Parts: sequence; structure tokens; C-alpha cells
Amino acid sequence: MEQLKTIGRELAMGSQGGFGQSKEFLDLIKSIGEARSKAEEERIIIHEMETLKRRLTDPDIPKRKMKEYIIRLVYVEMLGHDASFGYIHAVKMTHDDNLLLKRTGYLAVTLFLNEDHDLIILIVNTIQKDLKSDNYLIVCAALNAVCRLINEETIPAVLPQVVELLGHSKEAVRKKAIMALHRFHQKSPSSISHLLSNFRKRLCDNDPGVMGATLCPLFDLITTDVNSYKDLVVSFVSILKQVAERRLPKSYDYHQMPAPFIQIKLLKILALLGAGDKQASEHMYTVVGDIFKKCDPLSNIGNAVLYQSICCVSSIYPNPKLLEAAADVISRFLKSDSHNLKYMGIDALGRLIKLNPDIAEQHQLAVIDCMEDPDDTLKRKTFELLYTMTKSTNVEVIVNRMIDYMISITDHHYKTYIASRCVKLAEEFAPNNHWFIQIINKVFEHAGDLVNIKVAHDLMRLIAEGFREDGDTVDSELRSSAVESYLRIIGNPKLPSAFLQVICWVLGEYGTADGKYSASYIAGKLCDVAEAYSNDESVKAYAVTALMKVYAFEKMSGRTVDILPECQSLIEELSASHSTDLQQRAYELQATIGLDAQAVGNIMPADASCEDIEVDKDLSFLNNYVQQSLENGAQPYIPESQRSRMDDISAIKSLDQRETVSHSLRFEAYELPRPPVPTSIPPISPAISAELVPVPEPYHPRETHQSTSEPSVSDDGSSQVKLRLDGVQKKWGRPTYSSSPGSSVSTSTPSPQKAVNGGSQADSTGTVSSKPTTYTSRNAEPEISLEKQKLAASLFGGSSKTEKRAPSATHKTTKTHHGVNKAHAAKTTAVLAEVPPPDLLDLGEPTVTSSAPSIDPFKQLEGLLDESQVSSTDNSKAVGPNKEPDFMDLYYGTTMTGQGSNFVDLLSSNKDDLDFTSELSKVTANTGQGETIVSNLAQFSKGPNAKASLEKDAVVRQMGVTPTSQNPNLFKDLLG
Amino acid sequence: MIRAVIVMNTQGKPRFAKFYDFQPVEKQQELIRSVYGVLCSRAENVSNFVETESIFGPDSRLVYKHFATLYFVLVFNSSENELAMLDLIQVFVETLDKCFRNVCELDLVFNYSKMHTILDEIISGGQVLETSSSEVMKAVEEISKLETASNSINFVSKTVSGWRG
Repeated sequence: MEQLKTIGRELAMGSQGGFGQSKEFLDLIKSIGEARSKAEEERIIIHEMETLKRRLTDPDIPKRKMKEYIIRLVYVEMLGHDASFGYIHAVKMTHDDNLLLKRTGYLAVTLFLNEDHDLIILIVNTIQKDLKSDNYLIVCAALNAVCRLINEETIPAVLPQVVELLGHSKEAVRKKAIMALHRFHQKSPSSISHLLSNFRKRLCDNDPGVMGATLCPLFDLITTDVNSYKDLVVSFVSILKQVAERRLPKSYDYHQMPAPFIQIKLLKILALLGAGDKQASEHMYTVVGDIFKKCDPLSNIGNAVLYQSICCVSSIYPNPKLLEAAADVISRFLKSDSHNLKYMGIDALGRLIKLNPDIAEQHQLAVIDCMEDPDDTLKRKTFELLYTMTKSTNVEVIVNRMIDYMISITDHHYKTYIASRCVKLAEEFAPNNHWFIQIINKVFEHAGDLVNIKVAHDLMRLIAEGFREDGDTVDSELRSSAVESYLRIIGNPKLPSAFLQVICWVLGEYGTADGKYSASYIAGKLCDVAEAYSNDESVKAYAVTALMKVYAFEKMSGRTVDILPECQSLIEELSASHSTDLQQRAYELQATIGLDAQAVGNIMPADASCEDIEVDKDLSFLNNYVQQSLENGAQPYIPESQRSRMDDISAIKSLDQRETVSHSLRFEAYELPRPPVPTSIPPISPAISAELVPVPEPYHPRETHQSTSEPSVSDDGSSQVKLRLDGVQKKWGRPTYSSSPGSSVSTSTPSPQKAVNGGSQADSTGTVSSKPTTYTSRNAEPEISLEKQKLAASLFGGSSKTEKRAPSATHKTTKTHHGVNKAHAAKTTAVLAEVPPPDLLDLGEPTVTSSAPSIDPFKQLEGLLDESQVSSTDNSKAVGPNKEPDFMDLYYGTTMTGQGSNFVDLLSSNKDDLDFTSELSKVTANTGQGETIVSNLAQFSKGPNAKASLEKDAVVRQMGVTPTSQNPNLFKDLLG
Repeated sequence: MIRAVIVMNTQGKPRFAKFYDFQPVEKQQELIRSVYGVLCSRAENVSNFVETESIFGPDSRLVYKHFATLYFVLVFNSSENELAMLDLIQVFVETLDKCFRNVCELDLVFNYSKMHTILDEIISGGQVLETSSSEVMKAVEEISKLETASNSINFVSKTVSGWRG
């Protein structure tokens, strides 16, 4: 390791650019880092791409250069620019014999190309060759590429070699070969179905790494087919046992845990194998129980293993002891201060709750805390849990919480999701219809455009039908309350379209039903809506139809209808609308208003939206009319089947009967796909057919649209008229109806909704008696905080809670201070390093400057340099020409001789060195709030790293790259 | 399965990105941008997990860890354990630290390809391959040795200025 580092460093320092790259590349990175705007960055990259394009086409570039160009291409593409002009060069590089170049080539192609790219074909051959190479590193590089670049068709080309490599002497190769096979399996399971036994074989590999890698494909295989791997249960258990008992080499320990990642994989596999299988599960109980005991609950990875154990326990055949252990761990997770652990605790709770609903009870408070946490992730996870916990007893609180949260967020994706969940819960568990309507209204109000339109239809249907068993009074109360709430809401600005449709529909149907509101009041509101949302045609359509209903009901009840002036102007406007649907509705409205009360009652029966519409397909009601027409000399209707024969006849007929000829010809041309109507249709009164046209929209099932056109055909009997109407029908027919989705709701049979309602009814009665969770009873809704306090007092006791929190808080602060110290120490030393050696003796200034991190270190540097010029005269150890403008030269001077390390030597020769770092940390600790670093690594403490960062800084400076004021933290030790 | 590994600094500049299911360049940028948008809006002392179904599609989760100036981000699906993924980031960073001795952002910027080498040892084809950072280091060391060896053979004659190995 040490050796590698020195090699790396020396390489970095030795080459002209350092870090193995040329000055040019470093300049590029530097200038991009310094770019002040996206546009500037763009310009730099475009310039870079032009350079690369030019250079790459140069026929004799040295290979080393070529390698760098490829890396630069990768870099450019990472920044989001298309580097496809250089792909071919990357491909060529994979053909190179030099290992470094080949690996670079492979790296580039795996990043550039997808498996279906045209250039892949040029690589497959190389991969085949490389898989056979003697150098195992080349084989590894090729295997890496295989994972990414081989698609279904090319699998057979490399499969034999990959399988052969499963027996390679190097474990690194075996591991990668397994991964490659796994990848093949993912891409095309059939291609390696005959090779699956290889995975089983590799499970017994001597190398734990290979064994661990084998678990990945086995996990996938077992997920798809549990039963064929039941025989491995014993093997997995014994492996897990060995791992847990630390039989693996020490190098697999991670933070004092024996091979935790392998344990996690094994626990996952066991969870699959033990699900619902008592016999298999019994093998696992001991080892899982051991893991619960052995896991270090203080380390993150220990908790990861514990969490996986809980998942395993909740999946396999239940064992009371293990469940208890799992519940203990969960309560520890939930009580923890770490949000991560809380998150995992909530998730685990959700799993365990399925087995034992009582477990939630003891964690109610923690759950409430999580729900109120400002952390969105945790909050959402908690809602997920609550969703599974919802019962009719707590649905109100939960749904209200969800809605509050839904209102507060802007993320559309999640808003849609949570809205649908609210609706689902409300549908399933609603205690009463009134509440349901309120909830759905809220959802619509705040997320209307995101909700499935079906919800709107369901809502309309519910209002229309109510609970049949509750009787009519309840229903009408429900409707009145709906109407009232909508009249309140309707004035709100910017309501979602779907919601407005519901509002219009309900106002139209029930606005005047209870007599509380006058028709003109409702009509006025409806006109306001149509006016306010004049861009939304479906809202206007709903509004007009609602108007028609309101006036129709007025008419029926015998009152005189006076149309409001704004309504009149709306109708006039819509009659000239571009939308045929709106036009039709406007005309229908006018026609309906013009009719007498009885006719209106026929076409617009009050409160009949739930009645099934009976369609008289034979149109027997037209018989009279047809008869009359026939008597008046109209032509009888000829069924389609007879028409072709008619044509022949008419062709023979004399030429002056052109009309007949022409319309028989037209029959041909338009080929009407219409079921034949009996020829002997008696005539019928024209009044009825006139009524039929303006039948209100929502009452039309599909079939009526045929019936409306049919009568007009037989009406006049002449084919001319019929053809014209045909055109109209096409224009008005399907699109008209499909544009008003509400129609299908009111006409469809009510059974599904009723089933749902019935189901929830049964559910609620069932669960009320059991009464499992108490924390969300209905009366808890208004003041959850009181409830919470009560719960807190009864569950935890007020004082103990605060006590518990206090120490952890201090602990946290000390931790951050620690991090701050280090960061500052590192930074200030970095600043110091820029100062010529003489200045290092003067420690006062840097300490002062470091306490104000917002100051540009380079400004400070300049200041320091001035001083250094003064002090350097005193100092006998003056190094190089010490002039301000070219202080970089100074670095070149110094490092030329000693490769940067002389800096450190200088520093360490300084006797104050250690003192000043400690002093620095003291100062920064006092000033406290500089930049805070989240240091999750309590256990990963390292000594002061001033030396290392100085060294690094020297190297970078030597190359002429200076971290800029924008990014002074580039040197910050990540693990500091 | 792990779907992506992204390293970006706290200003949203990508420092490293690897997607295990292919994403076109523009899509990658979009993803990185939206991930950054989520991360920079998250407060300190909140969990390291983020729901990202709106960014990466269904069944995707994200774990991130903030080190000094960098975010390390892992995107994966439900077949992985979040806490374990958090530690996988730790393994990755610890390995980087072993490799670069007190690793800092600048090291990553300048050793782009080496990061890939390290990551390829840890994750392969979206699956966790090796989690022992010393094992990873061993492999990386060996690669470096051989690379430098082949360098000295091939390059010394061609390059005049001190490319020594």
C-alpha cells in the first residue's frame, strides 16, 4: 500500500503535469472549476471538444497522449456534452496491447456505448481474445466490459470463454466471471439456463469473495423460483453461521463486523427460502437468533444486518422468540436519534405489523413523531406505514394528515401518489358519506388535476346514489350538504377542471332540489363558472348542461323560467362556439326551455341520473310517425340487404328518374353500417322526434346515439336528407359523447360502487369490535397534540424523554465541533502552505485569518506575501526569488529540488509546527460556526492531516493549478 | 441491483458518474441535475435516504452521504438494503482514502480513471462484488503495478520528459 502511494505520488510529481495528466488537462479542469456561469463552462467545453476533435484525427499521436485524450473525452461527456466523435478512438484503444491503454479503452467504451451500439461489433472480437489472455488483469478488464457491452445476440460469442473462466486460478477473475454470467442471466435467462448449476458449484468456492459474489445471482434465481433451491437452505444456514462466528479471514471484517454484506445477502436469501415454509424456517431460527445477539447495535453496518434480520424474521414462518427480538430492535431504532434508523424502524415496523398488529401500539408516539418530522423521506415512509395500518377507526386522522401533507408539497409525482392513496383509503374506510365527500372535495381542491378522472365519476355517482339502504332522507341531506359545500367552494380561484365538472354536475342535478336556493341563484353561479373558466371547454359543457337541468326542473315544477341576462349571453356565445359539443349543448338548452312542462319532464326527469335508461332499439315509438309519412306519400325505408337489388332495378329505369338513380348511387358510396330497421314503420308524430334531438347529454348511453339518427332517417325517407344527416352524425356523434365523460357515470349500473360501500360497511363493523389501535380515535382528530402529550405521559413519562435527548444533543455538537476543527486546521494549513517558508514562523496571522472562513484565502495570501517580503530579509532561509507577482515560481524552485516533500520538511523542522495546529483548532473551536461538516464517522478518526494536505497542495501548486476562491475546499479531507 | 453511482460536489458539479443501465448523455445530465436539486434542498441531520421514484422511475431509492465538499450518491432498487448501501458508500470512500491518503475532492478530479478502477472492483454490473476495502486495494494496487510496468516498457523510449515509473 505504502509502496503504491509512493509510486503514485512520484509518478504524479515526476510527469510534467502531475497526477499523471498533462498540464493541458489540468488547465481544463481548473478553468471549468473556475467558470462563473453555465455559459462560460459550456464555452470552455466546446472549445475543448474542438481541440480534441482536431487532435484525434491526427494520424500519429503518441499513445500516451491518446490515452489522455480519451480520458478527456470521458470527462467532457460526463459534463453532458456529446463526445460521440471520439467513440471510435476509444474502440481502437481496446485493441492496443499495452495494458494501461487497453484498460483505458475498455473504461471509455463501457461509459460511452450501450449494448446495442453499432460499434460494439468491433469490440466483441477483442473481448473474445482478451478473455483468453494470460494476463489476468486483461481478462478482468474484458469481463468488466462484457457486463456492460454484450447484448442478447452476442452472448453466445463470449459465453464459452466466460464459463471457462469460472475455474480460473485467480479469485478476482472467478468473481467477475460469475458477475458476467449473472448479467447474461438478467439479459436473457434462456441463454444460460443450462449453466445455472455453475452458480451452485461456485457457492463452495474457497474464496469468500467469490462465494459472496455467487449470492447475487442465486438471490435472483431464488426470487423467481424458490422451490428448486430449497435443498440449499442447509448450506446457506451453515455459511451464515460460519460468517457470524468469524470464520472468514480478518480482511472481510468491516467495522468489527464479520463480512456484513455477505450476511445481509444470505439473510435476504433465507427470507425468500423460508417464506411460508415451516420446515425450512426451522433450520434458520438458531442462526438468526445468534445474529440478533451478536450484532453491534452501535455501528451503522451492525444495524443494517439487524434490519435485514428483521426482514428475514418477518418473512419466514413466524417464531415468537425471534419476533420478540425483532420488536426489541425496532423499538431501539424508533427511539434512536438517527433519522436513518428511524426510517429503517418505520419500515421494519411495517413488515412486522403484518404478523402482529399489536406491536404498533407501543410505538404510537414514535410513529407520530416520525410523521411530524421535517424530513420528507421519513414522513413519506411513515405515511406508507400508516397506509397499511389504516382501519375504519383511524382513517379520519390518517387521511387528514395525508391531506395536510399533500397540500404542503409541490412535488407532483408524490402529490399524485398521495392523493390517490387518500382517495383509496377514503373509499375503503369512509365512516360516512358526508365525510367521504368532504375528503374527496379537499383532494380535488388541492390536487384536482393530478387525480384520476374516475375518482370524479365515482364521487358524482356516490352523491347521486347515496347509500340506498340509508333511505332517501339521508341521501337528500347528503346532497344538500354537497351542494352547500360546493356553493362555498365555487368562488375559490383556480379550481381544477375535474373538480369543477363535479361541482357543475352536482349543482345542475341537485342545486335546486331542496328548495333552499333559487334557480336563478344557481344559474348565476353556473354562468360565473362558465365565464371564469372560459378556456376550459369541458367545464363550460358541464356548466351549460347543468343550466339546462336547472331550468328544466324549474319548468317542470311549473314555475316560470326567466333566463338571466348573463345566461342568455352565455348561450348565445356558445351557440356560435367553435366546439360542436358546446354548440349542441347550447341549442339543446334553448330547445328544452322552449318546450312545455310535460315534454321537459319526459326528457329531463328530476333526480333520475341513476335510473337505467331503457333503449328501445326497435324505435317502436316512431311507428305512428312513419305510418303517417307513408300515407302522405313518402318512400318506404329499404333495408340495406335489399338495396343492391334496388340498384339494378333503378339502373334499368328511365333516365329522367335521375334522383332515384342518384340516391341509390349515394347509398352505395356511403355504405352505411347501420342495422336494418323494419320496413313497415308506421308514421309517428314529429313532435316526439324533435324532442329526441335535444336529449340531455348525461343521459345518453352509447346506444342512444344510434337512435337519435335513426328517426331522422326514417323521418323524411329521402336519401338526400339522410346523407346530410350522416355527415352531422359523424361530426356530432362519437366525439361529442366521448368528450363528456360524465355521461358514462350516470348511466352505468351502480353495482361496483355499491359493492365497495357494502364491503367497507362490513369492514367497519368487523374492526370496531376488535379496536386494536387506540391512538387514532375519532375525537383525536382536532387536537392531536393533546392526545400526543397524553400518550407521551402514559408511555414514556415526560421527564425521561427530555433526559434522553439532552446528552445526545451535546454529543452531536461536540462531534460537529470536532469536524470543524479539522476542516479549519486543514484549510488554514493549506493557506499556510502557500506562504513562503519564512512566514511559517509567524503564526499569529494565519490563526486570525482562519477564524473567518468567508474571507478569500487568496486575498489573505497576497497580504501575507507582502509581509513575507519584509520578513524574508530577516530570514536567513530565504528560498528563491521572493517577489510577489511570481510566487508560483518560488514553488517551482523549491519543489524542483526536493519534490514537494521539502515543504513538509521545512514545516516539520519548525518546532512550533504541532503547537500551531492545536492552537488553530482551539481558535476554530471557539469561533464555532464556520463551515460545518457532517461527520458521520465517529469511529473513523484520523490524526491531524496537515502534513498530507500540505504535500498535496505543494504538488498542485507546482503544476500551476490553484484552487480558486470559489472552491477553496478542494483540499478538504473527505474523511476528515 | 445498483443502478447508478454519482459523485458530485456541493455546487452540483458532477465529479464522477456511472450508470449501470445505459442512459444517454442528456438523460444522465438531467438525472444528475435533479438529484442535485433534491440533495441541496435537504437539511442537515435528516436521513440519508431519499425517495426518487419521480426521478429514476418506479422501484428506485437513493442513498447519499455528504463528505466535506462532495455528495456520494447510490441509486438502487428494493432488492438492496438502505443501511448497507450507506456503508457501501463508506467502503468506497475508505478505499479511495487508502488509495490517495487523505482523499480530497481534488484527488477525485485528477484521478478520474482510477476511481473507475476502484469502483469496478467494488461493484460489477450493478451488483456488489467486493466489500472488503483491503481486498479492493490489493486488486487496484496490482493493476497499478502492472500498468506502470507496461508504461515503462512502452513509453520510456517515446517520451522524453520524465514519465518514470
